[in-house]
Amino acid sequence: MTTIAPEAGSPQQGNPELRALLRQVDKKRHRVDRFMKGLVYLAFVLAVVPLVSVAWTVVSKGIERFNAYFLTHSMRGVYGGMDAGGVYHAIVGTIEITLFAALISVPIGLLTAIYLVEYGRGQLARSVTFFVDVMTGIPSIVAGLFAYALFAVFLGPGVRMGVVGSVALSVLMIPVVVRSSEEMLRLVPNELREAALALGVPRWLVVIKVVLRTAVAGLVTGIMISVARVIGETAPLLITVGVIDSINYNLFEGRMMTLPVYVYRQFQQGLVPCAPDQANCIATITYDRAWAGALTLILIVMLLNLVARLVTRFFAPKNFG
Amino acid sequence: MAQRIDVKDLNIYYSDFRAVADIEMAVEPRSVTAFIGPSGCGKSTFLRTLNRMHEVIPGAHVQGTVAMDGVDLYGADVDPVAVRRQVGMVFQRPNPFPTMSIADNVLAGVRLNNKRISKGDAQDMVEQSLKGANLWNEVKDRLDRPGSGLSGGQQQRLCIARAIAVKPQVLLMDEPCSALDPISTLAIEDLIAELKSEYTIVIVTHNMQQAARVSDRTAFFNLAGTGQPGRLIEIDDTATIFSAPREQATEDYISGRFG
Repeated sequence: MTTIAPEAGSPQQGNPELRALLRQVDKKRHRVDRFMKGLVYLAFVLAVVPLVSVAWTVVSKGIERFNAYFLTHSMRGVYGGMDAGGVYHAIVGTIEITLFAALISVPIGLLTAIYLVEYGRGQLARSVTFFVDVMTGIPSIVAGLFAYALFAVFLGPGVRMGVVGSVALSVLMIPVVVRSSEEMLRLVPNELREAALALGVPRWLVVIKVVLRTAVAGLVTGIMISVARVIGETAPLLITVGVIDSINYNLFEGRMMTLPVYVYRQFQQGLVPCAPDQANCIATITYDRAWAGALTLILIVMLLNLVARLVTRFFAPKNFG
Repeated sequence: MAQRIDVKDLNIYYSDFRAVADIEMAVEPRSVTAFIGPSGCGKSTFLRTLNRMHEVIPGAHVQGTVAMDGVDLYGADVDPVAVRRQVGMVFQRPNPFPTMSIADNVLAGVRLNNKRISKGDAQDMVEQSLKGANLWNEVKDRLDRPGSGLSGGQQQRLCIARAIAVKPQVLLMDEPCSALDPISTLAIEDLIAELKSEYTIVIVTHNMQQAARVSDRTAFFNLAGTGQPGRLIEIDDTATIFSAPREQATEDYISGRFG
């Protein structure tokens, strides 16, 4: 064995023909390469521009009214261009309604996914998959009308309360949970199922203690994505939950405010006609509140994602402890 | 602790396809029986019928009897879960549970079954099983670390420890060394030699030298062609199979003329 050391200053070493072959520059390929690289970067920038723009707009316009007062007060008794009013009632409504929607959809969605991956065979499994796909495409306003109609059957027309909104949201949420959970459960290696079965563990315990445990990080991420998907829904909540200015903690009675509806409502009211002699009247107060409400919503979604990340990190299978 | 297994008229199916036909053999207790044969001849499929893991695959089923100490494992009132507790299995690729520590992997048969076990008993079980698998000295200082952080050979011995922790009568090994280097293979082979004093061991292997080294009896499987079911060609003492087999096909296979 001889070691080949590159000798500086003697570029004419070795077979000249081979060197010529190896140093040949393929100009066309380089051009295409640069062009495609440019395209990829351009696509990336184009994708990020709206994101940054949205974030910047919401923060810059919303930060003005976004403060402790805004977060802790409702709109009760606020009218005209008063320099007052907050979003507390909408935060309460959004969190309660979304949590309850998750409470309905997560068990149903997760169990469906478990059925599809672990047990489902043949016709029934195929039709479940088909209907889940169909459900994914339901327009949110239709989900709202469905939930309203469902409750109107029992409680009479004109029913408006938080739980109806939760049901509407869960109609939108279930297919997302099923789909993402199914993907995650399929990622669990079959070897682990067989390893557990070969130890004499019954199937249902294998599912709970091995499959779900191994996939838990992905499942949590999927659930968080589905929550983020519905937390900004406006139309179904406008129909089912309605609009209110004061705080309502009770999901099962009366209207509730939610953040997206709050933003919509404030924005819709438009400029306040201030009389010139009114001192504490702000003409753009509704727009300001709308932006601050939007900022609050974005922050809540971000917070949820952060929690999901932490859960993921905590539960993920570790290779090196 | 160890039991003999008698197989009679066993036909193994994947849906309509008959993968293995007319198996008839006896597996002796406290000995190592090796299955050899070309790929696709049904060795692994047959092995998996011995602890009813075959039927885990959708559409898979068997006909015939597999009797352990006279009790048909495929009897109507036999619970497959109970069978698997008596007949443990080690797979081709090491598959420790990635979410569990080394100790928890050994205890998996207990923990996954929601059985309660005192701390002292658990420690004894972990130590004895790991010692039984010749792994104790290598991992005793890091029992709470993830099992997937071990080397391939160590992981495979961890899987053996996990299998013997539930105290089975029979241990099935499906090419346990095919994903391992020669040193780890040697460690596993030594372990098999030790384990056979307590367990009935059945091992599938592609490595004929390995079959010759570790087993007392060897069964040769073959198939007539693609689409044909695999069949047991002959089973005999390992020495006989490798020196004077009765069948021409066996001799061709072990002398390397095909397969």
